[in-house]
Amino acid sequence: MPDLLIELFSEEIPARMQAHAAEDLKKRVTDGLVDAGLTYASAAGFATPRRLALTVEGLASESPTLQEERKGPRVDAPEKAIEGFLRGSGLTRDDLEIRDEKKGQVFFAKISKPGRPASDIIAEVLEDTIRNFPWPKSMRWGAGSLRWVRPLHSILCILTDEIGEATVVPLEIDGITAGNATLGHRFMSKPGDWIVPGSFEDYEAELKAEKVILRAEERAEIIWQEASNQAFAAGLEVVEDQGLLREVAGLVEWPVVLMGAIDAEFLDLPPEVLQTSMREHQKFFSVKNAKTGRIERFITVANRETADHGATILAGNQKVLSARLSDAKFFWENDLRVAKEGMAPWLESLKNVTFHNKLGSQAERIERIAMLARELADVTGADADLAEQAARVAKADLSSEMVYEFPELQGLMGRYYSEAAGLPAEIAAACEEHYSPLGPSDAVPTAPVSVTVALADKLDTFTAFWAMNELPSGSKDPFGLRRAALGLFRIVLENNTKLKLSQVLSESFDSRLKQTTKVLRRYITTGSSDEKMQIVEEQISALWQTSEKRRDGLLVFLHDRLKVFLRDEGIRHDVIDACIAMEGNDDLALLVKRARALQEVLSTEDGENLVQGFKRADNLLTQAEEKDGVEYSFGADPKFAEDETEKALFAALDAADAKIAKASKEEDFTTAMAAMADLRGPIDAFFEAVQINSDNEILRRNRLNLLHKIREICLQAADLRKLEG
Amino acid sequence: MAETPMKPRSFQEVILRLQGYWAAQGCAVMQPYDMEVGAGTFHPATTLRSLGTRPWAAAYVQPSRRPTDGRYGENPNRLQHYYQYQVLIKPSPPDLQALYLGSLEAIGIDMGLHDIRFVEDDWESPTLGAWGLGWEVWCDGMEVSQFTYFQQVGGHDCHPVSGELTYGLERLAMYVLGVDHVMDMPFNDPDAPIALKYGDVFRQTEQEYSRWNFDVANTEVLLRHFEEAEAECEAILRQEATDPKTGKTIIMAHPAYDQCIKASHIFNLLDARGVISVTERQAYIGRVRALAKKCADAFILTEAGGAGTQEATA
Repeated sequence: MPDLLIELFSEEIPARMQAHAAEDLKKRVTDGLVDAGLTYASAAGFATPRRLALTVEGLASESPTLQEERKGPRVDAPEKAIEGFLRGSGLTRDDLEIRDEKKGQVFFAKISKPGRPASDIIAEVLEDTIRNFPWPKSMRWGAGSLRWVRPLHSILCILTDEIGEATVVPLEIDGITAGNATLGHRFMSKPGDWIVPGSFEDYEAELKAEKVILRAEERAEIIWQEASNQAFAAGLEVVEDQGLLREVAGLVEWPVVLMGAIDAEFLDLPPEVLQTSMREHQKFFSVKNAKTGRIERFITVANRETADHGATILAGNQKVLSARLSDAKFFWENDLRVAKEGMAPWLESLKNVTFHNKLGSQAERIERIAMLARELADVTGADADLAEQAARVAKADLSSEMVYEFPELQGLMGRYYSEAAGLPAEIAAACEEHYSPLGPSDAVPTAPVSVTVALADKLDTFTAFWAMNELPSGSKDPFGLRRAALGLFRIVLENNTKLKLSQVLSESFDSRLKQTTKVLRRYITTGSSDEKMQIVEEQISALWQTSEKRRDGLLVFLHDRLKVFLRDEGIRHDVIDACIAMEGNDDLALLVKRARALQEVLSTEDGENLVQGFKRADNLLTQAEEKDGVEYSFGADPKFAEDETEKALFAALDAADAKIAKASKEEDFTTAMAAMADLRGPIDAFFEAVQINSDNEILRRNRLNLLHKIREICLQAADLRKLEG
Repeated sequence: MAETPMKPRSFQEVILRLQGYWAAQGCAVMQPYDMEVGAGTFHPATTLRSLGTRPWAAAYVQPSRRPTDGRYGENPNRLQHYYQYQVLIKPSPPDLQALYLGSLEAIGIDMGLHDIRFVEDDWESPTLGAWGLGWEVWCDGMEVSQFTYFQQVGGHDCHPVSGELTYGLERLAMYVLGVDHVMDMPFNDPDAPIALKYGDVFRQTEQEYSRWNFDVANTEVLLRHFEEAEAECEAILRQEATDPKTGKTIIMAHPAYDQCIKASHIFNLLDARGVISVTERQAYIGRVRALAKKCADAFILTEAGGAGTQEATA
């Protein structure tokens, strides 16, 4: 079984694409080989800044011979048809077999497709892979038409047989002929020193000798080990950053770790600023003093060794860093000055920053959030004045120089600047926390003011985008509305916030729709043609025509997202539907409490059977009502109860009714559901013993009314009719 | 540093060495374009010549103006007027990276001591309707050049592809010369009888233009000039291809493109004056791009644009 080695050698591949590309190479080539009938034992893909490589071990040396049987024309078919069949199958008449079929005797051809040597198949598969490689972005170069991520320089493609003899797979793509050689490190290997590996083991070892480490995880490991060691020797520790480590490992073929000092004048910058500036601009790791939390040094990773042991490289990097941090310090000091004076210029300038061209400026958005925060304060238990004030400054840092430079520091800078402005701690915290939670692992705010602003921010986003008719569709969600929905759920659920969404959403929706109209008209007032004005007016009227549907659709969207959210908790979608059908479904905390209780009771035997009993009662009642054209909704009387089980059911229902009503009112759904499940016994016994459709019309009517009572009482807990099964 | 004997000693020496190097590599060493532009890419030797099928190799210095970057000559790195060195070769040669590294050596960067890196950076010019893929080149963590394979210019696919190198000359020279503030950089030989620093040449102009750019430039006049340049560009391109006087086919792609450049620079000035809102900004960029596209459409119908050559008809 031969082994296959492929290397695609190019100019520098973007770090962020390398790992994916190595996997794609492996998948596309091995899939292609298998499709062509070549089996293999194992395969692995690799990437460095200048190469993608693939090793396939234990590859079949040729594809198997395939037997194919083809049915031809009947024996008495016209000569032309038979000739055509012979041409198509490449056989002579003597090779054909005649079989008896229903419609007479028919020719059959047995065609044997000979296996093909592996190298033919590889050449085809590799060419196809290269020509159709799924790079996120690809390009052409020179006068050619081939596309690759950056110019492709050479292809190494060899098959090594059992005795270690390597042969080149003949292949040519756009003037690049596959060979058996490659180059090492751009600077550290000797120029023109070709590596000619005989196998994958050779390849990896010879690359290493020419200062290229093939495996990304090995490069990352070296970087992390060396960085940790150097930091440790200085009594410090490296700030972990997996994303940066992966990226840096994709920027070097031969990692050399160098640690340098940060000028004292920058050490008092907030650590997040130092870390972000160093990571974003220079791809440096931060090295901190574990005791004080201060960042004191940096780690840079060079791509080479030098005669001066990196002294020149380190000095250069240090100089660039100083220039960068001077900028950061300049921003920080300017910002602090504005902050200490109350941030007014920032708020002013947000009037000129467009939030969305159909919805106006950031300042207008902040105004909306502030009003909403005031309204929500009641519900969240926050001080209304504080909540409103927090909402007004929470986004002020968007105008700061630091956030302009490092958008990812939004919120965090807001906290620093609010503190500098001498604002209450609750407000400073809200500046940072109102964006949370950003992801599933991000903490949810719990401080009332933060919760209020976070809710107001998200609710404004929903109603604003629904008002403008900018809805998420398919996989597209450019404004992060789905993520905002998850944020809303977690805030409401983890804080048990009693928020009635219907009213808030509907009022906000209306006011935002009005604002959108205003903004669209404002947009066209300056020197627009009649034609343009007409287009905008049409746009506005379209927005209004469908507005009611969208307003209602918003709660439906949130319910749908809630199903997705709760599915991860193991709650069935029909359980949620059963709860959504209940009154108060716009109170998400209530809704989820009910759903969790229902899910729980359904997992008990009583619960499961109760639902069956309920459905039986419900169906019988519905059928009878349809048949009789009346509603049996009144006056089941225990005095007409004949059977003991019937009497017992009356008693049980009365008891359950009181319990369920009380518990539901107190939102103690566990108790309500348990009380409902307790009905299982009496209901089952009743159905066992009693014939509903009695000949006695009075008894029948009374029993149907009793069924109604079952329905009514159970439906207080959840709409069991929505449950599947 | 060990590379001292090889090191240039002044700003102009860095420029002269680049000129010499690229001349030796066979480039036509051209002169700056005589109009105000924001970057070397705007020179017709790049924008227009990257279009069409005719081979091309040019190198030149281009004075560039970015009004919003003015800092009254006080910032160590930022200037509203600075120099770019620009190289454009079509089709991009297979050894362009090696050629580029050779240019760094030519200006005294010792390849044995420094860490040169090609870091992903895709280039896009919304005003020119152009984009390409490439890198920013780092030397010891500092960006010293932009390296781009043009894919599209003026809305046209580039066939063949041009390789473009752009060096920020002040920044690169400061690095090579070990200077921390641009104004302190020797402009000519520091031992010359009249030794001049960058500041001696440009500090005053930086102040004057910063003031004019930010606070004085008459925005009404500029807005009018923008409209006029736009109208003139379109008017030029509306002319019949056949010149009634000479009877020859003369498509005026370059004069039209001059007006496009003018509109682009006026837009930059208006931007610096802070009179363009965020939404308007996109609209202005779109208008300049529309001009650039029309100029590109016209250029590829000219001889220099490859009209009539074999590849063009293929």
